[in-house]
Amino acid sequence: MTFEDIISISPYSLDREDKESLLTSRLKELTKLHMDSCHEYRRMMDAVGFDVEHVKSYKDIPFLPVRLFKELDLKSVSQEDVVKTMTSSGTTGQAVSKIYLDRNTSANQQKTMVKIVSEFTGAGRMPMIIIDCPSVIKNRAMFSARGAGILGFSMFGTKKVYALDDDMKLDVEGLKEFLEKYQGQKILLFGFTFMIWQHFYKELVRLKDAGVTFDLSDGILIHGGGWKKLISEAVSRDEFHARLKEVCGLEHIHDYYGMVEQTGCIYMECECGHLHASVFSDVIIRRAIDFKECEIGEPGIIQVVSTIPESYPGHSLLTEDEGVILGVDDCPCGRKGKYFKINGRLKNAEIRGCSDTYAAKF
Amino acid sequence: MQLNSKVLDKVTFLTGSADDVMNLPEIRALSPFDDNVMVFLNDVSRELMGNKEVKAYPDVVTFAFWIRKGSLLKLKERFKDKDQMRLGKGIAFHIAPSNVPVNFAYSLAAGLILGNANVVRVPSRDFAQVKMITDAFNKALEQHESLKSYLLCVRYERDSEINDLFCAISDMRIVWGGDQTISELRKSPLPPRSGEITFADRYSLAVIDSDSYMTIEDKARVAEDFYNDTFLTDQNACTSPRIVVWTGKQINEAKKIFWSEEHKLVEKKYTFQPIQAVNKLTQVYIASTAMNGVKVENHEDNLIVRISVSEINENLMDYRDNSGYFYEYDCKDIMELISLCNDKRCQTIGYIGDRNMFVPLILSGVKGIDRVVPVGKTMDFDLIWDGYNLPAMLTRTVAMV
Repeated sequence: MTFEDIISISPYSLDREDKESLLTSRLKELTKLHMDSCHEYRRMMDAVGFDVEHVKSYKDIPFLPVRLFKELDLKSVSQEDVVKTMTSSGTTGQAVSKIYLDRNTSANQQKTMVKIVSEFTGAGRMPMIIIDCPSVIKNRAMFSARGAGILGFSMFGTKKVYALDDDMKLDVEGLKEFLEKYQGQKILLFGFTFMIWQHFYKELVRLKDAGVTFDLSDGILIHGGGWKKLISEAVSRDEFHARLKEVCGLEHIHDYYGMVEQTGCIYMECECGHLHASVFSDVIIRRAIDFKECEIGEPGIIQVVSTIPESYPGHSLLTEDEGVILGVDDCPCGRKGKYFKINGRLKNAEIRGCSDTYAAKF
Repeated sequence: MQLNSKVLDKVTFLTGSADDVMNLPEIRALSPFDDNVMVFLNDVSRELMGNKEVKAYPDVVTFAFWIRKGSLLKLKERFKDKDQMRLGKGIAFHIAPSNVPVNFAYSLAAGLILGNANVVRVPSRDFAQVKMITDAFNKALEQHESLKSYLLCVRYERDSEINDLFCAISDMRIVWGGDQTISELRKSPLPPRSGEITFADRYSLAVIDSDSYMTIEDKARVAEDFYNDTFLTDQNACTSPRIVVWTGKQINEAKKIFWSEEHKLVEKKYTFQPIQAVNKLTQVYIASTAMNGVKVENHEDNLIVRISVSEINENLMDYRDNSGYFYEYDCKDIMELISLCNDKRCQTIGYIGDRNMFVPLILSGVKGIDRVVPVGKTMDFDLIWDGYNLPAMLTRTVAMV
């Protein structure tokens, strides 16, 4: 099975059995491909005594902790074929993930993203407001997660404008002009959850008090990056939605979950507030104690699988996030597949020992 | 000597005060095993043993036991130098490790027993054990006013100015906490005649003779001992075995029983954190790319992860991990351990079997191996520790001819 066979399938159309057999077939092939093409991956599989012939379900395929991509250079193509190296955003001093993409994998990421996002925005591109600053994508040689997210979503934009300047100040005039020009059209807004709250929403509130208002009721906002910083400000999802609607009429808001290690296969939030797995990828929740699969409703560590990665062995990964499956094939929004929510990051270990810990080990 | 007392405003005193620090340069050294000190420590021990809260903290109980009179007399018997006149060095400045609650107390007690005045930086984390012990010090000091300046327990955030001050008056600097802490402290100069004891990053191993193990009746007891060597400190103390080396003829049978007994205990006692499962899996994969012949043993859960290696590679210990992550090696000849032990980082061998098997290994001139102790005893503190003879290093010998 090639990726071309998969990409033609409607993203939320397969029920449990059909999706399982599709994923099993494709992920087994990817596993073989990487065992043949990535020396390190081969050694890892040998060390855990893995035999691909014994795989009955895609759930039997080992998962690599995402942190491995920070520690090792893992690729299944030669360096000449690498067209792009994606890196995760990390705080200063921390190691970053390095994800090597060849032309094919990179293209498939884009195609997948279009298929998934179009399910929520409708087909066709539209004027786009990026709620971030232009400098974040200036350095094209090394993509950060923020930059990658922006570039990824930029393909849905016809005319694009950055809402913030490089000092993270709202460009009030630019925004006004843009909205006047495209009045009456559907507009795509994209940004990172915390940035939107901190540098966009709060500024809109201030402007409203000063008598300046914006009407974004024709907008669709897609945001990602997690809630961690907003939880510390005690802002819930419901409040985020209610307050944005109040300040600028924005009603269509979709969170998404995704990671640089599996770009393309993002998990979009539906109208019911649930994150959805498309046919191109899946989430499996694992118990920490034995890595067995959790029941529906039981929180655990999130494993993600993706049908895309051919240039690096990242088709089955163990994240450091905790999540819970809410249901399969029966979300009231009508989309098939698993739907779930994220509970947050796993807690750092508190480990005793004689050596003082100065920084995280990795 | 002029000390800048302003610097001490940043210091919290759990015992003693800033005034005591200012007076330190004038303080007199004591003889090792000074009678008053022995009585004082015994009083501290009694104070701790009488505290109901302490019972919940086996590490505090063990310390209380170590400083009771009978135990101190045994130490005196072993270490008191009857032929030569010795005195404490003077002032000992101790930096305790930040994530072992009771270590500071052993370091302090050793310094005190050997005749020194002590400034001890306790962990900045608010361990209940630190409070219990310093409370007991304060209580006992009420009856031992004269010793007040000899034990100053201080707490401060990492601060070079404060380090500078204490180092400037130290006759001996004792640094726990590993390589990074040592290099941090080395930025603060010591007076010319002062010395230093450094407890650097170390690793340890266990060597189990399968035939001896099979003859032991109480295998649950062995599991308990091994638990205390490893899981009790998240297998992350310098003394915790990171690899189990098996010798003898019944390796397979012994392994089976040993690990199943250990698993039962860990399941019952150990507080498992989800991220540990991810950490151990990550390390397994990293190790498998770095070394040949790495094989993960089947495990039903993530409490104990065992990785058998077909050869002892000199880099093996660069891939060590903690919280129940064990390399295993089937050994035919003890000299196969040379590359593991000829490393300054190699500290303790915990053994089951005949300790004499290590003699040729040690005498081969390896740079490591400072302690050879039975499984279950790797954490037992002693005045010979980490290759250092503390009674020799914390005292001064007066030649009188």
